[in-house]
Amino acid sequence: MAEIIETFNYGRVCTVPPVPGEPALEIKELTFTYPGVANPALSDISLTVMPGEKVALVGPNGAGKSTLIKLIAGLERPPSGKIIVYGNEAGDCHHRVAYVPQRGAVDWRFPVTVREVVMMGRYAHLGWLRWPTRADHEAVGRSLAEMNVADLADRQIGELSGGQQQRVMLARTLAQEADLLLLDEPLNNLDVPTQELIFGVLDEQAKQDRTLIVSTHDLGVLPLHFTRAIFLDGHVVVDGPVAEVLTARTLLRAYGVRLHYHEGIWDDNDVAD
Amino acid sequence: MIMTWLIEPFTFAFMQRGLAAGLLVGIGCAVLGTFVVLRGMAFVGDALAHTVLPGVVIAFLLGVNLFIGALVAGVLTAIGIGWFSKEGHVEEDTAIGVMFSGLFALGIALLSRVQSYRDLTHILFGNILGVSSLDLWITAGVTVLVLLAVWAFFKELVATSFDPGHATVIGLSPGLVRYGLLILLALVVVSGIQTVGVVMVAALLVTPAATASLLTRRLPQMMGLSALLSALAALVGLYASYYANVASGAAIVLTLTGFFVLIFLFAPGHGLLRRRREGKA
Repeated sequence: MAEIIETFNYGRVCTVPPVPGEPALEIKELTFTYPGVANPALSDISLTVMPGEKVALVGPNGAGKSTLIKLIAGLERPPSGKIIVYGNEAGDCHHRVAYVPQRGAVDWRFPVTVREVVMMGRYAHLGWLRWPTRADHEAVGRSLAEMNVADLADRQIGELSGGQQQRVMLARTLAQEADLLLLDEPLNNLDVPTQELIFGVLDEQAKQDRTLIVSTHDLGVLPLHFTRAIFLDGHVVVDGPVAEVLTARTLLRAYGVRLHYHEGIWDDNDVAD
Repeated sequence: MIMTWLIEPFTFAFMQRGLAAGLLVGIGCAVLGTFVVLRGMAFVGDALAHTVLPGVVIAFLLGVNLFIGALVAGVLTAIGIGWFSKEGHVEEDTAIGVMFSGLFALGIALLSRVQSYRDLTHILFGNILGVSSLDLWITAGVTVLVLLAVWAFFKELVATSFDPGHATVIGLSPGLVRYGLLILLALVVVSGIQTVGVVMVAALLVTPAATASLLTRRLPQMMGLSALLSALAALVGLYASYYANVASGAAIVLTLTGFFVLIFLFAPGHGLLRRRREGKA
């Protein structure tokens, strides 16, 4: 019954107010196995992330990066272990968490305009039978401008390039005004100017004490744009400040022999997606 | 001269009721059909129409309004489909395929024991000219309910279609929205059985919306256009049945199919011929 009531929860304000000094995210002894699969996708994950941290989740394909992000987002329920987001169980406080899925999870052909997509970020605050107010439209306008997509606002999302679409998804996240930003492979196949624009905005978010958890294949972006890196391979291989973590030894442990160093960036030689 | 030709059919009360039913059903199906087409649920619509048959027959046996029997069956099917796809033991379309042919067969089996062939054809192929006033009121109620629901839950329908992950994270359950959509679908499908019958009702859901999607990429326009095409087809279908003695349900569906083919060939931007001319392979 509680689960059924939970389904109608959308738009409801969190009952538990944020506690100052509380971690943004706390994971305790999390193990997760997909139904019908023998081996766990994630086993025995424990970590704590404080507000304002910029965390990169790195690891080879199948290391469980997406799974971990989905669990934190509340898209999957953990069978064992605890995930606490700002003092509430994962999936309980919908305003405070924003999620940008991998490209394949979105129906880009669906007829919506860029403005409508960004407005979906505001739906977290609206709920059933409530329509966007002027304040919501203003928030959308600001987010569009910040991601430099204001001139595309009335275009169909499907008409945009991949980089523009990714900027729109970020704009949606900004419009949501969430405190914990979960981005699953947001940098895949993006050109450098777009990456820079996205990082500029994300840095700004972190300065406002918002917390970033970003999965990426691109180790080259770690030193400049992240404060902390977590190498995953079904479990936490290594977790610490980027400078300490980014050593040849840890890389070898995380990626085995599959890693190559070329043209100034560490790269996984598996083809991404 | 032409005016008399146009007006004459609708001096009869059964033709007026037929037209009203055709318009109401067409509009309801067309609006909901845009979501069916955009979300790739055409098969579900067809299945719903078929599983309604045993409900209709049981209602007949119990002596209640056939519409009510169909409605109960349709809503139960909608819930069944939602449950099957949630459990995930078999692929969703497999589950639907098994269920809908089984229930359809049950309907036929029940029917073969109790009714004449004539009654069967009405359910299978529709009988728009036999619509009673009560049927018309129920149909009107369904259409109003569907339009209200689509208006009230428009943002939820769009958000869960576009990015179900984001919807879930902000606390909006795509599964719940899908259940709601399936129940609305069951309602319009049942009302569509009156006009075009079990076998062709999927056409009312899919064809006008598919045609409209060739003409515009804006959702509200797509819905309006789809409803307009549906209404036109209902009118053309009734004229065809009055003057050419063609089965009205078939005439409506054929008109819709004709619109689709024409627009597929000639639509600006999408049209096959235009692309040919521009030398695109």
